[in-house]
Amino acid sequence: MADTPAPGPATDQGTAPAGGGRAPEHLDRERVAHLAGLARIALDDAELDRLAGELSVVLDAVAQVQEVATADVPATSHPVPLSNVVRPDVPVPGLTQAEALSGAPAVDEGRFRVPRILEED
Amino acid sequence: MTDDLTRMGAAAMADALAAGQVSSVELTTAALERIDAVDGDATSGVHAFLHVAHEDALAAARAVDEARAAGRELATLAGVPVAVKDVVATRGMPTTVGSRILQGWVPPYDATLVARLREAGTPLLGKTNMDEFAMGSSTEHSAYGPTRNPWDPERIPGGSGGGSAAAVAAFQAPLAVGTDTGGSIRQPAAVTGSVGVKPTYGGVSRYGLVALASSLDQAGPCARSVLDAALLHEVMGGHDPRDSTSLPGGPPPVVAAARQGASGDLAGVRVGLVRELDGEGYQPGVRARFAEAVDHLRAAGAEVVEVSAPHFRYALVAYYLILPSEASSNLAKFDAMRFGLRVGDADPAATAEKVMAATREAGFGDEVKRRIILGTYALSAGYYDAYYGSAQKVRTLVQRDFDACFAQADVLVSPTAPTTAFRFGDKLDDPMAMYLNDVATIPANLAGVPGMSLPTGLADEDGLPAGIQLLAPVAEDARLYRVGAALEARLQAAWGGSLLDRAPAVAAAPRPAGDSQPLLREGAHA
Repeated sequence: MADTPAPGPATDQGTAPAGGGRAPEHLDRERVAHLAGLARIALDDAELDRLAGELSVVLDAVAQVQEVATADVPATSHPVPLSNVVRPDVPVPGLTQAEALSGAPAVDEGRFRVPRILEED
Repeated sequence: MTDDLTRMGAAAMADALAAGQVSSVELTTAALERIDAVDGDATSGVHAFLHVAHEDALAAARAVDEARAAGRELATLAGVPVAVKDVVATRGMPTTVGSRILQGWVPPYDATLVARLREAGTPLLGKTNMDEFAMGSSTEHSAYGPTRNPWDPERIPGGSGGGSAAAVAAFQAPLAVGTDTGGSIRQPAAVTGSVGVKPTYGGVSRYGLVALASSLDQAGPCARSVLDAALLHEVMGGHDPRDSTSLPGGPPPVVAAARQGASGDLAGVRVGLVRELDGEGYQPGVRARFAEAVDHLRAAGAEVVEVSAPHFRYALVAYYLILPSEASSNLAKFDAMRFGLRVGDADPAATAEKVMAATREAGFGDEVKRRIILGTYALSAGYYDAYYGSAQKVRTLVQRDFDACFAQADVLVSPTAPTTAFRFGDKLDDPMAMYLNDVATIPANLAGVPGMSLPTGLADEDGLPAGIQLLAPVAEDARLYRVGAALEARLQAAWGGSLLDRAPAVAAAPRPAGDSQPLLREGAHA
């Protein structure tokens, strides 16, 4: 995708803690801008400043999870054990084309009309 | 007469309908008139509703009255009106999740729980206000303005399901549907003097709910009594093939359990006091009412033991990593392409990515942005193990704590929320202070166990409602209803009636006419 490289490394490997140790707990403005880019939210300058402060407070607090998350504790991703679930292979009607398009911000000839994907060269 | 009808509970309504003493049209009209009289808008009134479905509700009421007149067999709740939190998809009825990004969106399908309500013949009164995307503990984060607590209009009604709880407590609806991701049914119930239940995870289908954190979200009932909650729970619950995490089998026998419990006898029941959920930071009046409720449990014959859950102190912080992580993924669907708001595409040079970013900037409120960014960080390479991975390990430890506690007790109890309802704005600038409101309710979501909140009385220092939380093992929802109904019977005998009968009268605040959605309150997120 044609994109301006975001500030900071794309995968933050350079500053990451090793082996689940205590992570850096302060997000600076540039890091928040980078994360906002990944999350596709166009934050303005005031929001970047405020979020950098608020998120640092929250991260300070949540870093406590590392105190008890030792290597011998298995992770649980879901409260109830999951097994693969399949439904009977019987066709059932879905939404009609008109229903599927009914909430779209723009429609053209029975299709979703979307902005261009690529920037012009 | 109209006022009397709105003060009837759902079970009493069902009995009166079955006996031919009242019609669904009368009950539904009374509820709609009450909403029109007291709900107001973003600047005054309860503001529990984002959308009132006058025509839809009355059409459903007429249909069920005709079916009854024709002698057809009807569900227990047929004709009893219900309000639905605006996070639940309702075909032909706006669904906004309290967000600008979905303003005016009308789903082309019903959530399974809504389909079951319609099938049971319950008229849908409309959609209740909520914190945007269910992120919040106060309903101040609704893009459409806050809901006010019927006990004091200067105070929050709890969150995120403040609209559902307030609608029930202000006698606008006998029943309401809520969703509980970290306490969003139980905490609003506690601060409004109503009853709220988070069923076992998977007990009520999530198909058609706008997902916040999929491994934590659970729909459940808001009501004015334990039995009323049970009636709604049974209509909504049971397996749904459209939700792969839905539990097999039918709903648990909660109505029978509530009726059994109403005798007030708890001989042979072991109740565990969770030491870690009754500590510092709990308001004195909340603790005093809780202690009295525990005395009532003892008087009913229950054996009360103290249990310890040492890892609960990490549950809150684990939750505030898991929730944003799952939310950042779930909310990626709001991309301005297929539904909802679109901003910034007038410029012919605009790209999809720029439109997406501009739309999400304009459409999401501050709390939603904060959590999406936090989740994006917690899931990013290099930080995943330290944050999200560690939080999932805490989840294991919390589950083990529950297992150990339930080896010693049939149900666990704690105050539902640390304080009574706080004033608007008190915690808006301090995210961690706001998050602490859910400290007692969150462990249940991490472990999937069911939880109930019911009123314990009014705190001495401010005269506002406090609540007790009951917790039971996975799939043992019926225990909550049995113990809850027994406690409720004893408390109401001591009070001489329902706690909500002692609530101050809600001031008249006419709601703008019609079915239309209120306009956004400008600057709601300024």
